[in-house]
Amino acid sequence: MGYLTGFKVTLRQMFLPRVTSRYPNEKRRKPVRFHGRHVLNRYEDGMEKCIGCELCAGVCPARCIYVRGADNPPDAPVSPGERYGFVYEINYLRCIHCDLCVEACPTEAITESKLFEFSFTNREDAIYTRSELLVDDAGMPKHLPWEDWRPGEDRNTSAWMRATASAGVGTEEGVVHWSGELGYGVRAPEAGQAAEPPPSHEGPDAYGLREAHAHQAELAHAHEGDPE
Amino acid sequence: MGDPIFIHGIDLAAVITLVIKVLIAFVVLLVSVLMMIWFERKIISDMQNRIGPDRAGPWGILQSLADGVKLFFKEDLLPDRADRRMFRLAPYLSSVPAFIMFTVVPLGGVIHFGHRSTQLQVADPPIGILLVLAASAVAVYGVLLAGWASGSKYPLLGGVRASAQLISYEAALSLSVAAAVLITGSLSTRDIVDAQNGVIRGFIPNWNVFRLGFVPFIVFLLASTAEMNRPPFDLVEAEQELVGGFHTEYSSVRFALFFLAEFMGTITMSAIAVTLFLGGPDGPGFHVVRWLWPILWFAGKTIVLLFVQVWLRGTLPRLRYDQLMGFGWKFLIPVSLGWLLVVAAMRVSLGWGLVVVAIGVVFGALLVRAMTISGRRVGEVFN
Repeated sequence: MGYLTGFKVTLRQMFLPRVTSRYPNEKRRKPVRFHGRHVLNRYEDGMEKCIGCELCAGVCPARCIYVRGADNPPDAPVSPGERYGFVYEINYLRCIHCDLCVEACPTEAITESKLFEFSFTNREDAIYTRSELLVDDAGMPKHLPWEDWRPGEDRNTSAWMRATASAGVGTEEGVVHWSGELGYGVRAPEAGQAAEPPPSHEGPDAYGLREAHAHQAELAHAHEGDPE
Repeated sequence: MGDPIFIHGIDLAAVITLVIKVLIAFVVLLVSVLMMIWFERKIISDMQNRIGPDRAGPWGILQSLADGVKLFFKEDLLPDRADRRMFRLAPYLSSVPAFIMFTVVPLGGVIHFGHRSTQLQVADPPIGILLVLAASAVAVYGVLLAGWASGSKYPLLGGVRASAQLISYEAALSLSVAAAVLITGSLSTRDIVDAQNGVIRGFIPNWNVFRLGFVPFIVFLLASTAEMNRPPFDLVEAEQELVGGFHTEYSSVRFALFFLAEFMGTITMSAIAVTLFLGGPDGPGFHVVRWLWPILWFAGKTIVLLFVQVWLRGTLPRLRYDQLMGFGWKFLIPVSLGWLLVVAAMRVSLGWGLVVVAIGVVFGALLVRAMTISGRRVGEVFN
């Protein structure tokens, strides 16, 4: 009875676990290299990394970044070196989260967080200024009122930068070529594709990254409450 | 027979009882529509491994209430090129018959209060089941006029499809109803239900579904699904082809009325299927709160049928238009007509019954052969 097999399928599905989650109440883990809202990083001594070179603005395909550099005041320098990002604005009504700015940045000043759930009620809020993008004194992204941060989501703000071979060599793996960050120090490199994937109970979707597992272990308690 | 409340003619008590019954039936139907929409969405989401509505109230049970409130506060649009009077009339032509159909359904047995008693159904006219068929035919006008009066092409196409589909399936529906009427000998729904009390051979319930064989019941279920424009027969509002079909131009309260009519119709048709074939409120009762058991039996059977409707929707893809027409005309109508003849002949005697079965087999084979050849010629095979 070929006509009835379909009915059996639908009936069986009723007793299988759900594949959707109760979204705003519980969120899924985001991939480690997820491209979210940007942050402007600082060195471990609190100096800003941005030198106002405008390479990010130049490379941006959506033309959403506006940078104006200025000379560092000699008595109170904002960044090490000659110049710093005096104005830094990203218009999130235009940003396509391609992270080309992250790849272009010579000082690892701009990296991405995992946040994508931010909704503004006016265009002013959509344009993030330097003070909003800059990490706070603990090295954590600032939490703005219209952003939906969950515990643990503001960690791991520079995975895409560390995944991108700055030397331009595709085989480059496990080499640190970045400076330390405020609150984190020098971050460990990703294991890369050649490395043995760490033992995982999470299944094949663990992204094959060392830090992904550390990150997941951190968040494990947050996901244990999942129904089904 | 009629309702025992009229035993002393139409007096004040009878009128008051009737008004109360109408109000209760109306409220029950409306509430069950809300529950049905929630039930359907929940079951469909279960079948698709989704969670479904779970925001409003526990398990999202108030979801359709929230949707209804939202619809009432939306802007009511009247298209510029609409036939204004018809456009306003159509939703009522669609929803009022759905309620009229429900009035003749026996929801339970007879209740006694004081020294009066009344049947648990709004009306028990001698033409009972004919009223249902008439009302469902009037509902076609609602859909048809909605499509016509919108002054827009997609609703018009939806309306034209609706008229063809509903008239086609009306025939199969009536033939399967006729089988139940034939075996009862009465058009009154109360008589049909009463005739199904008791058991055959000690344990099988004396329900029409067993007495008539399963064919009229199945035909009724399929034809009523088509009659109510439910998936997989929802050609009338095929979203991929016709935007919203006949109700594309409708919004706010008028759209809500169409939606209400569709779900009211689904519930009513299931209730009528229970009445005609599954013994209505018949079922074992207990000596505590005697009046309640028939109602529970009736509700239980109706819910099972409603689940079947949702199951159909969750499983089957929408039919193509020629498949829809082919299924109606080439399969449902011949089968129900043939079965009706066999039932009629069996009522006369077993010998005549077998003769008619033999004739039916011969004609059925000829019909299938003819359809296969004609289908081959036009490059379309009925399946």
